[in-house]
Amino acid sequence: MITTVPAPSRVHAAELFRLGSVGLRTRRLRASLSGLGVAIGIAAMVAVLGVSSSSSANLLAQLDQLGTNLLTVTPGNTFLGESATLPHEAPATIGRLDSVQGVSSTASIANVTVRRTDQVPVSNTNGIILRWADLSLLATLQGSVYRGQWLNPASERFPAVVLGWVTAQRLGIVDLDQPTQVDVGGRWYTVVGLLRSMPLAPEIDRSALIGLPVAQSDSPDTVYVRADPNHVLPTLNVLPAAANPEHPEQVNVSRPSDALAARAAAQGTFTSLFLGLGAVALLVGGVGIANVMVISVLERRSEIGLRRALGATRLLVGVQFLSESLLLSLLGGAGGVALGAAATWVYAQVNALPAVVPAVAVGGGLGAALVVGAIAGLYPANRAARLSPTEALRTV
Amino acid sequence: MNVLELVDVVKRYPGDPPVEALRGVSLAVREGEMLAIVGRSGSGKSTLLHIMGTLDTASEGTVRIAGFDTSTLGDRQLSAVRARRIGFVFQQFFLLDGMSVLDNAANGLLYSGLPLHERRATARRALERVGLGHRLRHVPAQLSGGERQRVAIARAVVHRPALILADEPTGNLDSASGASLLGLLHELHAEGATIAVITHDREVAAATPRQVLIEDGRIVADSAW
Repeated sequence: MITTVPAPSRVHAAELFRLGSVGLRTRRLRASLSGLGVAIGIAAMVAVLGVSSSSSANLLAQLDQLGTNLLTVTPGNTFLGESATLPHEAPATIGRLDSVQGVSSTASIANVTVRRTDQVPVSNTNGIILRWADLSLLATLQGSVYRGQWLNPASERFPAVVLGWVTAQRLGIVDLDQPTQVDVGGRWYTVVGLLRSMPLAPEIDRSALIGLPVAQSDSPDTVYVRADPNHVLPTLNVLPAAANPEHPEQVNVSRPSDALAARAAAQGTFTSLFLGLGAVALLVGGVGIANVMVISVLERRSEIGLRRALGATRLLVGVQFLSESLLLSLLGGAGGVALGAAATWVYAQVNALPAVVPAVAVGGGLGAALVVGAIAGLYPANRAARLSPTEALRTV
Repeated sequence: MNVLELVDVVKRYPGDPPVEALRGVSLAVREGEMLAIVGRSGSGKSTLLHIMGTLDTASEGTVRIAGFDTSTLGDRQLSAVRARRIGFVFQQFFLLDGMSVLDNAANGLLYSGLPLHERRATARRALERVGLGHRLRHVPAQLSGGERQRVAIARAVVHRPALILADEPTGNLDSASGASLLGLLHELHAEGATIAVITHDREVAAATPRQVLIEDGRIVADSAW
């Protein structure tokens, strides 16, 4: 007798999701707890990426605002290794370059302390440096005055001082509502202004600034140059020769915005550290899923036996358990992405940063969860598939 | 024609020494027949059921189901035979807790590839047939033992199998529900279903038209002889 073999067992395509969710729906608490493991890992990774992109978005925005065309010229070393000086006329010769939009010079005045009163021990310098500054310094640095005013042609001739942001904090001066004086090298100076912080010139933040006529100093030790934004690098290259035509090798030129850019990049290295920690959490979550799935296969032996009796092939049983594991990790991953995005948002709100959750973090998070689910589900699914129907149906 | 045909089937389990659960069993089940396979526990009747249902394969001999030799079939094809030609009823019911009665019965068609609504429609008719039309939305935990076994029977018949294999179907039921359930099996037989009941209960066996007695892996008596 010739009879055809019946059409093979198969499930309707839409059925895979239902099959995979059966086990999760009947064991909700366990499913949510094991999903939570993955969720925590993914949340950690998304939050780390979100927080770091939020802060570097902020740094980059700051950088945009501050401009990348500020250059600083400082003296280097002579051939013999001694400290060089910048020529007196360096600011003037630099100013003659076409691509230079602004030049200002300043120099620290050695061995003079700035103290709140004459009662403070001289040794207690607070790390404050006294400098003289050009009147144009504030404009070149694009800084701004927080209280009072900047030095002007009148006040630069008198014992008047403007304090940088950090200096004012260290001296405990928060406003100028009352006439305020500080002791500068044993003489009372009137504080005429407080500056806001200048991220591109942190040395100014730590300085007390007085006028050049009062300081009676000579050559500058720092020249700030605002270059044409379209010719920053060419300017940078010609600055040594312009500053000191005789010994251009004794001149250092730097771009302070590079430090900010480096900070943004440095945050990236921390990011990879924390990402690594997140990955460990994800791995632990994956082990949790694998564990739950292995237990599930043991517990659901009779269900596996029943399904085989109902006509499920080994493959279909394996696919069911694999899709359950994938579904579990996907739910955990989605929860983790939401959690991580929420954490980023809160962090950004608290720190007044723009909240940025990179698409790569969302996609990568879900992808990583799926990969973890697939790996975690492979062994249990294989075990379920290999279980012989008669063994599965044997009552315990 | 024969729905099922076993010729000199031997089932040997590996071990030292190997255990022979079946020692040359020959049995033919005709279409529309109802028979009881009776034996004490350890007689080999469960092994026989598994081989009849293609859940296990014979070490020697031939097993033909609806005409084709199962020894030549792989997992995919054996699964297809179970999905489309055989319905199982187990002593422990094996209903899935998280699903409604309707979906449990529809599981009989799960691996047929039919879409859900068609499976449910067919399952509804099967449940109405076994007297559970009013319980469709309940979950198994809300049913009595007898009702659960009726759901299992609905699941076993929903795809109109060539052969229904019932393994101690009344084993977990009290005598009243057991009797009512046997009544249902007899009704299904009267409507044309081919049913093999495996049991250790001689009373259950006595009520069936044909009895096959198995001892130590051999058929020692068959009322059809």
